[in-house]
Amino acid sequence: MSANRWWGRPATTLAACVARGELSAEQAVESGWEAAATWEGDVHAVAHADATVRATAARTAPPGPLRGVPVIVKDNLCTAGDYPTTCGSRILAGYRAPYDATVIRRLRAAGAVLTAKGNMDEFAMGSSTEFSCYGPTRNPYDLTRVPGGSSGGPAAAVAYGLAPLGLGSDTGGSVRQPAAFCGVFGLKPTYGRLSRYGLVAFGSSLDQVGLFARHAGDVALLYSLLAGPDLRDATTRASPPPDVSAWDRGVKGLSFGWPENLWREGVEPEVVAALEAAAASLERAGARRVAFDFLPGTYAVATYYLVATAEASSNLARFDGVRYGPRAPSTDVWSLYVRSRSQGFGPEVKRRILLGTYALSAGYYDAFYLKAQRARTRIRREYQAAFGRCDFMLLPVAPTLAFRLGEKTTDPLAMYLSDIFTIGANLAGIPGLAVPLGLAGSGLPRAVQLVGPEDSEPTLLRAGRALEVRGEVARLGREHETEFPWPMKR
Amino acid sequence: MSIDRDEVRRIADLARLEIAGGDVDRMAKELSAVLDFVAALNELDLADCEPTSMVPAAASLRDDEPDGRRLTSEAALAAAPERERDFFLVPPVVENVNP
Repeated sequence: MSANRWWGRPATTLAACVARGELSAEQAVESGWEAAATWEGDVHAVAHADATVRATAARTAPPGPLRGVPVIVKDNLCTAGDYPTTCGSRILAGYRAPYDATVIRRLRAAGAVLTAKGNMDEFAMGSSTEFSCYGPTRNPYDLTRVPGGSSGGPAAAVAYGLAPLGLGSDTGGSVRQPAAFCGVFGLKPTYGRLSRYGLVAFGSSLDQVGLFARHAGDVALLYSLLAGPDLRDATTRASPPPDVSAWDRGVKGLSFGWPENLWREGVEPEVVAALEAAAASLERAGARRVAFDFLPGTYAVATYYLVATAEASSNLARFDGVRYGPRAPSTDVWSLYVRSRSQGFGPEVKRRILLGTYALSAGYYDAFYLKAQRARTRIRREYQAAFGRCDFMLLPVAPTLAFRLGEKTTDPLAMYLSDIFTIGANLAGIPGLAVPLGLAGSGLPRAVQLVGPEDSEPTLLRAGRALEVRGEVARLGREHETEFPWPMKR
Repeated sequence: MSIDRDEVRRIADLARLEIAGGDVDRMAKELSAVLDFVAALNELDLADCEPTSMVPAAASLRDDEPDGRRLTSEAALAAAPERERDFFLVPPVVENVNP
């Protein structure tokens, strides 16, 4: 563990110290790399980094609420002029994007420094960060276990302290599940609140950029800087995003749903214990528990693996060896496509493209894709009904704590089921927040998920903060939990 | 519901993918298992459920508006595996039918 005094500080603290001249932006960024000297060799959270690039970025960072704060972003967010953007795939080997994603532009404009691109499952398809062309990322709490996925790189790096903030993408749980496995906060915002311009598309009706941080206040700050309409993403909502500045207001008077039927079987006891601890904490803080039954998550998983793969098969058609990425030598254009794609995509991506192609193909469309779209309507209605009875729901993030490397790579269905509690929020377009809840007896991080109706981010952050204040954040966050200068006086 | 070897090859063709001979059986088995699983949707009563393709708030798309920012041809071509002047270069697409 680093003795460096800046290591592990909240983004808000780092930014305030840089603004006051107590440390330089370069020092703020390099403090994370001192932690990395201890951790990165084992954890392998980083896909691309460059000491000269980040030093220059730190020196030239404009004044702003995140000036000098290092951020690690997933390798599927386009960044121009500094790092490759490869989605953990051979088919984009060496690719350098000609433009910044909108969320990257907003980060840079706020003074943040991109300290690295984070490892990920290829094209965000996976729940363990084992399906990356760069090899797996490991969980910093137990190197024999996965960090979750697909945004496992940023999650693990934020957990060990390379940066206080990270960006990922969440199509079916890819931010919340790794956040839970690594003991950090992970927010999937409401669909349409964060621009996806420059996020390499996977399942366009489900994808959202998601946020990692070790403190609830940092999630709120990052959300407030990145959310809002973007002319370049027609799916962003025109209305102003909800105000999250009251994240520290407490939960008095709020009610939370308690759909206990979902974890009566197939869920590890430690996960159930975390839910019970969180419910008790929320009640002590003044929130009210409302028990009801909810639609089992298997239907959401079934729906998702038709909708997401159908959209992926269409989105990934653009990777054909013509405009970017390596090209397989060929004398005709058909074999150029087939060889470039077959050599460039890994096994899980191929599996999902095939499944999606099948679901969309003539003769099967009605039986699979159309049925899944109808089921999606049913699932959205279930959530709407639930939120008529409570302000947000308390759910597991995943049915297990972090599992072992290799445990699920040969059984696709078992891997898909690790998203059983997260996928529903993507299908319904609603926000979900993974909240770290300390460590289980085994030493692995525990977490719970808060899911609310559209634009309920302020409520979710208040509840996440209430759990954090009660001293149940994971080990790596606990020592600095009292430092929350945000909202800053400007 | 199961997918056989021929079906895997047919879908792979549609998807412009080549599945190595030894992997076809495994892929058929894995895809069949997923299809068996998604058959659970038949248990849901979906009679009054219209299909959702996008969540409604996002489905009401606005018109596109040009904002003046654009990529230069040079930037767009910078990652091309092969190019000629301002074009992406590919092998012949149309065969010469009348040599």
